[in-house]
Amino acid sequence: MSVSTGSTSGAGVAAIREVSRRFPDSPHGHLEDLRDDPIDLLHRLREECGDVGRFRLADRDVVLVSGAAANEQFFRAPDSTLDQAAAYPFMTPIFGKGVVFDASPEERQQMLKNQALRGDMMRGHASTIEREIRRMVAGWGDEGEIDVLEFFAELTIYTTSACLIGLPFREELDSSFARHYHELERGTDAIAYVDPYADIESFRRRDAAREELVALVQAIIDRRLARGTVAREDRDLLDVLISIDMTADHITGIFISMMFAGHHTSSGTASWALIELMRHPELMAAVVTELDELYADGSEVSFQALRSIPRLEAALKETLRLHPPLIILMRVVQDEFELAGHRLPPGTVVATSPRVSNRIAEDFPDPEVFDPDRYVDPRQEDLQNRWTWIPFGAGKHRCVGNAFAMMQLKAIFSVILRDYEFEMAQAPESYRDDTSKMVIQLARPATVRYRRRQR
Amino acid sequence: MRIVADLGLCQGHQMCQGEAPTVFGFDAGADTVVLLDEHPGDTLHDDVRRAVTYCPAMALSLEDS
Repeated sequence: MSVSTGSTSGAGVAAIREVSRRFPDSPHGHLEDLRDDPIDLLHRLREECGDVGRFRLADRDVVLVSGAAANEQFFRAPDSTLDQAAAYPFMTPIFGKGVVFDASPEERQQMLKNQALRGDMMRGHASTIEREIRRMVAGWGDEGEIDVLEFFAELTIYTTSACLIGLPFREELDSSFARHYHELERGTDAIAYVDPYADIESFRRRDAAREELVALVQAIIDRRLARGTVAREDRDLLDVLISIDMTADHITGIFISMMFAGHHTSSGTASWALIELMRHPELMAAVVTELDELYADGSEVSFQALRSIPRLEAALKETLRLHPPLIILMRVVQDEFELAGHRLPPGTVVATSPRVSNRIAEDFPDPEVFDPDRYVDPRQEDLQNRWTWIPFGAGKHRCVGNAFAMMQLKAIFSVILRDYEFEMAQAPESYRDDTSKMVIQLARPATVRYRRRQR
Repeated sequence: MRIVADLGLCQGHQMCQGEAPTVFGFDAGADTVVLLDEHPGDTLHDDVRRAVTYCPAMALSLEDS
């Protein structure tokens, strides 16, 4: 049974039911629940408490909401009321001091207008991504095995760096960058809510990996400085940051943060989409047929990936619904905030869970079933449930890269499914997530066999 | 068909303009969509549906009218 912890943060919060604990002796509330099995904790909270429940994370109350009404209030709250940065202390040592966690909506719109995610930049990105995929599979031969996590994690390091930072920078990278980056993502143990610099193995590896990345970037900067100025059209973001005398440490932090939102998310989704399609051969066959027909006229991936590919898109959306890369989205209350009838004082953490909301049976019938037909007109369960179909979040902070991400996934599958066929190299249910860190990644082994298609 | 644009959600991606430029405009000052034609004719319905489906901010919806 749950026991009130005698929170001093106000009657509004104390009146919210607290979820039970599997580790009642932990001094940090539900921290051990979150570290051991976050998915169980999040679903248990909705089962026991309904649309609004509460758990304790170290010395804070976390009010977790689900369902369309409460989610809409959460996502519509202005930034001055709910702040993101303070909610994710595990990111601070990864980005480094002085690097912002997330831009304000105004800054994000500015980024959209000026930078890489603009709609009219997408065509160029699509051909960059196609080129990167072809480079990755160039050495595959006729058949073999890959670890899907390793493959997509390396691929998305190249695509995000090429598209967001620039091609010259991407050309300086090899697989070592992806390996160090992976250590950063592994360094997101929830123990950071107690101490982001706790003396544990994954944090030591995180800090060592960041130093390696700074050294790699410093070496690239040194080569740029030795080379001297180049023509304007050959410059990338790194040249701009060097020109304003930013340190390698700061530049690395900015690059890490720019790539973070688009890296483990895209690589995880690509991995799970491939796994779900292999688990459902009839759906795989339908997608392959769709792609064969679409490209039968010799059209370019960079052209089609920006256009409608209905069956593939539905499979990707369904993958995102069942395997959202982020299972919990958090904010810290800045000014007293009323949520679902409860007054929440400053300092309270409020949260919603894509993992839980995406599986609400009232909105998504047979929620555990992988059913891409949900997205076909007139069902359109994503558009019909815009406050509970939330793999990209919702509202002003809805993932600003979601169009880029969908285009990238369409490009990836356009290339690999037309040239290769895939089969599971292990039991279907043995593919699973490792949820021991806040950044969820596919657990290893996640091996897949490929064979070049005979056409 | 009646189009509804939620300006509290619009992020200014301007993708809808690419799908149906006579229906969707853009307010550069506010960085949000402007509906040029709330009740577009039949010939535009497919373009408008695509704009709604692919809006990166899920800011557009359709109502019967």
